[in-house]
Amino acid sequence: MFIIRYRTAFFSLTGALVALALIALGAFDLRFSIDFTGGSLVQVTYPSPRPSAEVLHSSLDAAGFANYSLREAGTNDYILRAGTMTAAERAALPSTLSVKGKYLATIEQQNEIGPTIGAELRSKALLSVALVMLCILLFIAFAFRKVSKPVSSWVYGLVALVTLVHDVIIPVGFFAILGHFTGASVDTLFVTAVLTVLGFSIHDTIVVFDRTRENLRLNQEHNRKEDFADTAGRSLQQTFVRSINTSLTVVFTLLVLFFLGPASTRDFALTLLVGIIAGTYSSIFLATPLLVTIERYRTKRK
Amino acid sequence: MLQKRLAALLVLTVGVVIGWAVFASQTQEWRPFKLGLDLSGGTQLVYRADLSNIQGGDVADSMAALRDTIERRANLFGVSEPLVETETGSVLGGNGSEQRLLVELPGVTDTQKAIALIGQTPVLEFRMLKTGVDSLPQDLSTSTISKYFEPASITGKDLASAELQFQGATGALNQPVVVLHFNSHGAKLFADLTAKNVNRIFGVFLDGVPITTPVIREAIPDGTAVISGNFTAEGAKSLARNLNYGALPVPIELIETQTVSGTLGSQAVRSGILAGLIGIATVMLFMIFWYRLPGLLASLALLIYIAVMLGLFMFIPVTLTAAGIAGFVLSIGMAVDANILIFERMKEELRSGKSAAQAIEDGFARAWPSIRDSNISSMITAVILFWLGTSLIKGFALVFGIGVLVSMLTAISVSRTFLIALGFEVKTAVTRFMFGSGISRSSKLEARS
Repeated sequence: MFIIRYRTAFFSLTGALVALALIALGAFDLRFSIDFTGGSLVQVTYPSPRPSAEVLHSSLDAAGFANYSLREAGTNDYILRAGTMTAAERAALPSTLSVKGKYLATIEQQNEIGPTIGAELRSKALLSVALVMLCILLFIAFAFRKVSKPVSSWVYGLVALVTLVHDVIIPVGFFAILGHFTGASVDTLFVTAVLTVLGFSIHDTIVVFDRTRENLRLNQEHNRKEDFADTAGRSLQQTFVRSINTSLTVVFTLLVLFFLGPASTRDFALTLLVGIIAGTYSSIFLATPLLVTIERYRTKRK
Repeated sequence: MLQKRLAALLVLTVGVVIGWAVFASQTQEWRPFKLGLDLSGGTQLVYRADLSNIQGGDVADSMAALRDTIERRANLFGVSEPLVETETGSVLGGNGSEQRLLVELPGVTDTQKAIALIGQTPVLEFRMLKTGVDSLPQDLSTSTISKYFEPASITGKDLASAELQFQGATGALNQPVVVLHFNSHGAKLFADLTAKNVNRIFGVFLDGVPITTPVIREAIPDGTAVISGNFTAEGAKSLARNLNYGALPVPIELIETQTVSGTLGSQAVRSGILAGLIGIATVMLFMIFWYRLPGLLASLALLIYIAVMLGLFMFIPVTLTAAGIAGFVLSIGMAVDANILIFERMKEELRSGKSAAQAIEDGFARAWPSIRDSNISSMITAVILFWLGTSLIKGFALVFGIGVLVSMLTAISVSRTFLIALGFEVKTAVTRFMFGSGISRSSKLEARS
């Protein structure tokens, strides 16, 4: 199996991708949405042509808005992000955005989140990430309780965990880049996407490991002597097409969702897309090769 | 064999009936899908209730009263199907005992109007002048109320109704007054209160502003109280109306708003449906192209899956949001996973020289542990997200979770029934081709067997 044979090359590739994601994360800070920070987000649309940003800036400044950001969206829209609005600011918003009636402004969307709700969502998000990780760990430990030779079951768990870390780092790093260029921000949907990717990716890894487990058992039953690397390679070979095909159908639907689906779930679909591809990659090119490397290392030491 | 074919026919019929029922119900508008505010357009407001003056046991009662009052008010202003719910803040983030009120106003797409509709309602309070304060203080204002007055046992939520009346010593000077009628609980409290506190000063406050501060002359057992401030007829009338429709038992503070316009919502619905349809078509084409006959059967199973899901959305009912639609489209891609696992396994069994029927049987049996384990991990994610999530995330988690469960069922039972019912034997070149896969020539089956 070429993936096992050239595993060092794939490790380097994986390492480079992870490093790239981490560098992106360091270079461009993740932007957090009002879900987590509290504040307000307003999407306003104008009949073409929309007023220039300068006009809106001066109108907003005059109305007493401070620390806001204004970004063009689509061909006729603007997205305004600001802190928590006072009742007066909220009341003045329609006339401010229409620049005192000079432009016909229609507010398409207006979200305001108080600071306590933001803090609450933040801790909820962190807790759900931790809970999903914990449950998946327990599940791996349970799923692999019967495998022990030649690699003990906790090694499978450890490897699965490494792939999970990879699957989180890649979309997060990607999102840092996306945020820098399009202003996309980390919101509750992003967290949902990452957690969904975790569930999907672990399931992919488990299918491959499950096959290794089965082949090891068959070898034992038939008294066949086979190198662990070969058994693992054969298992990978057998599940390879399935992994790719399953991911392909999901990738198709996500691509459709990204290009044709609702605007509000576009970033969500993109995060899922990147995550699912990373997850499939890691379950094929990272998980089993890593298992083989660990097995080699342990046999050498004996 | 006949039995198996009948079973397949039955499955197919049930699928068609569900599909037809869903389609008919939507075109006849007999039971339309429930759309979330982000799809139908509308405003959601979240308020924090200030319960600092309510004793522990009364919290639930007060919140129920608050809910009813606001619902009445939303209905009064002609909002169709408003949703008003009470919520307890999450223990996380230190808001454990915080009581919240969630108000959804479909069709109201002006945030300011929505807030005005709910928010500018007066809070009615009854207070007793503290013992030790002899006479009515001169500097009584909103900030000094608690210095001089203590909350009385009776509160605004004990009020049943208020009405405008005219009273006067003689017919010449008719003074407008507001008569409060308490509910039975309130009447009893008020009788006790007045009986125990004869000669003390009693205050009625609206939004922290004293309306009247009469001295209790005698016990009032009949559950009515007369407020005689210096009202104009108009002022008394609006006070009575506000008390009837808007007297909130506890003060509330706005902490979250979300408004989506109708146009944005219907755009999201249209693009969601389009994405769904194209997604289904792409997955079906891929399955037929790669897995041929089994792929076609899996596509049929996928259609049944979709019919069942839509039926469930209607009957549970599931409130569909943009995130929910995304979850559904995602689940379409994942639903065929079980089929792919089975077919890949089936091919291997065929290669090892088994008959088609045997290969189908073994393929299903051997693929099952993988299918089960892999779906468990997705279910874990869905359950945790549903449990912890906001309404947005819940919409996704619910659809995704149901999707994982239903897809497991349809993949295993439906496509298996179909495959067995066809009863193919891999003998002729045609059937060999039909059971082959991928883009390589189908002769590899022969070569291996």
